[in-house]
This record gives sequence, C-alpha cells and structure tokens, in this order.
Amino acid sequence: MEHHNTQGSGNAAQGSSYGQFVLIWLGLLALTGITVALAGINLGRWLIVSALVIASMKTALVLNIFMHLKFEDRMFRIFVFVAVLTLTIFFVLTFFDYAFH
Amino acid sequence: MSTQATAAAAQGHAHRDDIGSKIGIWLFLFTELILFGGMFIVYAVYRFAHPAEFHLAAIELDTFVGTVNTIILLTSSLTVALSIRAIQDGRKNLSLLMVGLTLVLAAAFLVNKYFEWSHKFSVGIYPRSPEMLNRPSGEILYFGLYFTMTGLHALHVIIGMAVLGYMMRSIAKGRINRESHVRLEAGGLYWHLVDIIWIFLFPLFYLLQ
Repeated sequence: MEHHNTQGSGNAAQGSSYGQFVLIWLGLLALTGITVALAGINLGRWLIVSALVIASMKTALVLNIFMHLKFEDRMFRIFVFVAVLTLTIFFVLTFFDYAFH
Repeated sequence: MSTQATAAAAQGHAHRDDIGSKIGIWLFLFTELILFGGMFIVYAVYRFAHPAEFHLAAIELDTFVGTVNTIILLTSSLTVALSIRAIQDGRKNLSLLMVGLTLVLAAAFLVNKYFEWSHKFSVGIYPRSPEMLNRPSGEILYFGLYFTMTGLHALHVIIGMAVLGYMMRSIAKGRINRESHVRLEAGGLYWHLVDIIWIFLFPLFYLLQ
C-alpha cells in the first residue's frame, strides 16, 4: 500500500490500494465484455453456463475486494458461505421437486 | 478486534463496536440475498418450463442498454470502494468526490432504466397490457419477472442513493472521518450488493437470447 495508515482502525489498515481497486474494476469490465461477446456467438445450451460462470467470477471479485471480505475476520467468510449454501440448497430442492413431478 | 477496542477507547468512544456494526449489515444483506434469491428461483423454474418463449422474449430487450447500465453500476462500485479508501487515508475531499460520482452514476443508471421502460410501455409491453395478454404464457411470465426483478432492483438503487447521500452529508460534516467510517463502509456494502444482483440480472435477462 502506497498510502500509509498510521491510525489503522481495525481491519481498515489492510485492504486494497487505489491502483488495485482500479485493476479489479478493469477486470470486471473485461469479464463483462467477454460475457457479452460470448452471447453473440451461438453457444446453444452452453450460453447460460458461460453467463453464470462469468457472473460468479465477477461476484467473487466484488465480494473479496470491493466488499473487503478477503481482509475480514474469517467469521464473515463463513457467514457468506453459509448464506450462499442455503440459497443453493433452496435451488437444488426446488429443482428436485420440479424435475421429478 | 482488540486493537479496534483500544483505538476506540483512546478516542473516548467506549461503546463503539465496528465489528458488531459490520455483522449487522452483513446479516441484513443475507435477507436481501434470500429476497432476490427467491425471485431467481422463480425465474429458473419458469425458464426451465418455457425455454423457447423465454428465448424469444429476451430478444426484445436491448442488450446495448443493459451493457451500458452494467458498466455504469460496476464503475459506481469502484467509486464507492475508492471513497472508503480515501476516508481511511483522511482524504476527505477525495472521499466526497467519489461518493458524489457514485450518486451521479446511480442517477445515470435510473435515467437509462426510465427510457428503457418507457420504450417498452410505448410498444405495449407492460403487465396485463392487451399486447401482453395475447402472447404465450412463457413470454408473459418473462416480462412479468423482468418488470418485477429489475423494478425491485431499481428501488434498491434509489434507496442506495438516499443512504449514500446521507453518508456524503456525514462526511462533509466530519461525522464520518478517518477514525470513524464504519457507516460509510456499511453503505458501501449495501451498494455492492445492489451491484452483485445486477451482475446476475444482466445476463439472465439481456444475454440469453
């Protein structure tokens, strides 16, 4: 970090520099470009897969860097994991019910 | 946590608990995740039931407008992150500028949405319009979900603007400063969540044509 943090209030001492934030933003824009470009070619059923994989990659960048999760106490990461797992279970159970009707 | 406690005590804020505040905002974000998650489940089930009609209906959305709005929201996430970085470094004016830019970008997003929806209304696409009711049920479901989910998302953008506007005022008055900025971080976390929801709305509605 080029900008020192003498006070360092808790976790705020860690985190990304201005340049790192801009790099992550450029990465997010690049992923957006890729997902739009992939939508332009005929991928068939793989289009939805590519779209969701890229959206998940973008979400991981936003969560870890912009939302600071990478630098937080491990408890926060466990929280987020449990929340996402819960939603995933909702999806899986719904489709088990729906697909075998 | 201990360094935080001592830092807070040194400033005479014995009852400040930044970790507690962050747990609070994250728990709130999880309720938002379940709110939108439920709608994404509805979307997934109906898409599964009506693949061809969802495919056809999506062609009527303007990918260009959706892409522009994606870029706008991603950039607004950057400016919020930079505003927090700046206040942590004691750069008050830079922080104010970045929150201000975020509000401008949020407004631009809503202006785009306004024109997008106006165009849809002008060609007769809105819930229960005569044009809509003549269409196959899969397309009615697609546009119903489109208006509900992007509408609820736009409402979150408006609430986020109010929250960040209040934070901007607090920064200007010095209540949010180098030593005490957890409220700006909380506002930022909410804003990033709104961005993440759009990260999924965008491909699911605009790109699967």
